[in-house]
Amino acid sequence: MKSFGKKRLFGSLKKSLGAAAAVVGVALASPVQAGDTIKIGFGMALTGGLAGAGKGALIAMQVWAEDVNARGGILGKPVELVYYDDQTNPATVPGIYTKLLDVDEVDFVVSGYGTNLIAPAMPIVMQRGLVFPALFGLAVNEKFKYDNYFQIMPAGPEPMTDWSRGFFSIAMAQDPPPKTIALVGADAEFARNAVKGARETAEKLGLEIVYDESYHPRTADFSPIVNAIQARNPDIVFVGSYPPDSVGMVKAATEVGLKAKLFGGGMVGLQFASIMTALGPKLNGIVNYDFWVPEPTLRFEGVEEFLAKYQTAAEGKGVDPLGYYLQPYAYAYLQVLDQAITAAGSMDHAEIGKHMRDAEFDTVVGKVKFAPNGEWAKTRVLMVQYQGIEDSELATFTKQGTRVVLYPNEWVSGTINYPYAE
Amino acid sequence: MFSVDLLLNALVAGTLLGGFYAAVSLGLSVSFGQLNIVNIAHPAFVILGSYVAYMGNSRWGLDPILLGLAFTPVFFFIGVGVYRVYYESFERKDDEALRGLAFFFGVMFIIEVGLIMVYGVDFRSVQAPYIGQNWKLGGVGVPTRMFVPFCVSILMFAAVYLYLSRTFNGRAIMAVAQDRLALQLMAADPVRIKQLGFGIGIGTTALAGALLIIIIPIEPSIGRLYIGQVFAIAVLAGLGSIPGTLVAALVLGIAESVVSTFFGPSWAPAVAFGILLLALAFRPQGLFGR
Repeated sequence: MKSFGKKRLFGSLKKSLGAAAAVVGVALASPVQAGDTIKIGFGMALTGGLAGAGKGALIAMQVWAEDVNARGGILGKPVELVYYDDQTNPATVPGIYTKLLDVDEVDFVVSGYGTNLIAPAMPIVMQRGLVFPALFGLAVNEKFKYDNYFQIMPAGPEPMTDWSRGFFSIAMAQDPPPKTIALVGADAEFARNAVKGARETAEKLGLEIVYDESYHPRTADFSPIVNAIQARNPDIVFVGSYPPDSVGMVKAATEVGLKAKLFGGGMVGLQFASIMTALGPKLNGIVNYDFWVPEPTLRFEGVEEFLAKYQTAAEGKGVDPLGYYLQPYAYAYLQVLDQAITAAGSMDHAEIGKHMRDAEFDTVVGKVKFAPNGEWAKTRVLMVQYQGIEDSELATFTKQGTRVVLYPNEWVSGTINYPYAE
Repeated sequence: MFSVDLLLNALVAGTLLGGFYAAVSLGLSVSFGQLNIVNIAHPAFVILGSYVAYMGNSRWGLDPILLGLAFTPVFFFIGVGVYRVYYESFERKDDEALRGLAFFFGVMFIIEVGLIMVYGVDFRSVQAPYIGQNWKLGGVGVPTRMFVPFCVSILMFAAVYLYLSRTFNGRAIMAVAQDRLALQLMAADPVRIKQLGFGIGIGTTALAGALLIIIIPIEPSIGRLYIGQVFAIAVLAGLGSIPGTLVAALVLGIAESVVSTFFGPSWAPAVAFGILLLALAFRPQGLFGR
């Protein structure tokens, strides 16, 4: 009797695990249907460290596919997205793209989210001469120098230094201009590149670097780092960090009472609704990069309609409910591909690539034109300052004036509150 | 650059950080140290505890620590259930070494994927009155979001230590990995005792998870970052020593904080693991191991 009970217990456990595995499989891979469609394949971070952004990007891409199919597809053919979870693990990427091209026989591939997950796909894409729209890679093409690489994040033609150009431009415009700087960043790909660019710019501007350190990504408490920075009394502090560290850094800066005049720069995560609502008024005064905020200067055609659709689609899915950061760009890099295929009038990658290099595209993130290295021809990394935040309500961050654009000049929507410490 | 204030701040921050590390490592010290069960899923249970605190805090505005405390018995029974499966599938067949490890990897992935399916992948935080305050004692800052978890951690250690050292079942848990036969001669069932011990180990993760989400925002896979840290503390402590776990966590916390302050944060993990290597070289049984 006892052994029967155990068998039954383990039998049902096995069934439950099998069912769970099946659910995961369905959730992570889209159904592939036969038919005369344009298949666009990609890996995306749906689990792992970058899944928060990856899932949001996927929803934006699905909104794009629905919009395109509703208007009759591209070249008269409906589009179909074929995607797999790359688990935020670069090691999975070559296998995913090989399968997409050889087994699923997709017509186009686009990248997943982030530098680390774009780079491993490059050799495969280059070997086959495919156009490769990429989503938020920082300086990936510096080493590959592939002419069919088109990156949608508006870092600019010199991504490493363009990234932080606005932060320094704002700092040096103050009277008196700062003389000393502290640089701190996570010991990981993006943050290292962001801090490296900031270091180059600081040196060019003749700023004295009084603190220049990196930290391990699992750092839980940032008080020792902020205390050490405070002891060196820098005029400005540039931070390159990932979401949990950005939160830790902001909390520690508030607790320690950081006396810098400008603080922020390259902090990933402060753009996410969940983190903005967690930090609330602690964000006031921080000057940080961003890509889209609800300011009047950035109301590009179609962006509000897209955001409305995204926000409806994102409900209850545990992703960013606002979708201001990455999502419009995830929609836009497919718009670019769409417009290039339509202009080429064929599926020929060489023709499409040529058009993508030469043309300017109208997208929900404004006009997009690529430089020869596949980055935006002109930088549009916004530097925004958090201002007037008095609570932690989500609605606060949908209002104009809570993230004022200070750079670049053509998109400016307000004036700086300076210094940060006050 | 040296100043007394900076050193005092580093020592205080390190002590508070060590208290948090201790809370996260306590359960593993019981399951890995005392029961010889390589529970690689331990950080995933901590994250599960964080989500429980998040759920109650965001939905009903309840205090995360009280939620952690309230769910400790639930986690205890989850631990009992997990051990039962582990025992029936692997330990009973003397098959726990590699397959048992794979089992806990599996448990870790199931927890992660389950959390993704229920809560999604966005970062989650909690609100509490003690998050965001900072006490100043002269030139030394004491952030309450670190001080409160430190105090809770010390109380949790005291409770577990008293139970393990003062009760028959507690002493049986400490003895079970050393001499099962002797335990049976004392009329204690080793399987039941290990089940109890593992339940306690997992029970602590409910509270540890609540402490974690007070300190940093979490997402389902963030526990992986802490696997190395919690095992390092359990080994440095001397496998199974509860006071040793607290001391080892404090040593690592203070070392990280002081090194981070005076030599740069990039050196902090190297120094922390350097201490572990030195301890293993000169005292292989760990600081408090016998």
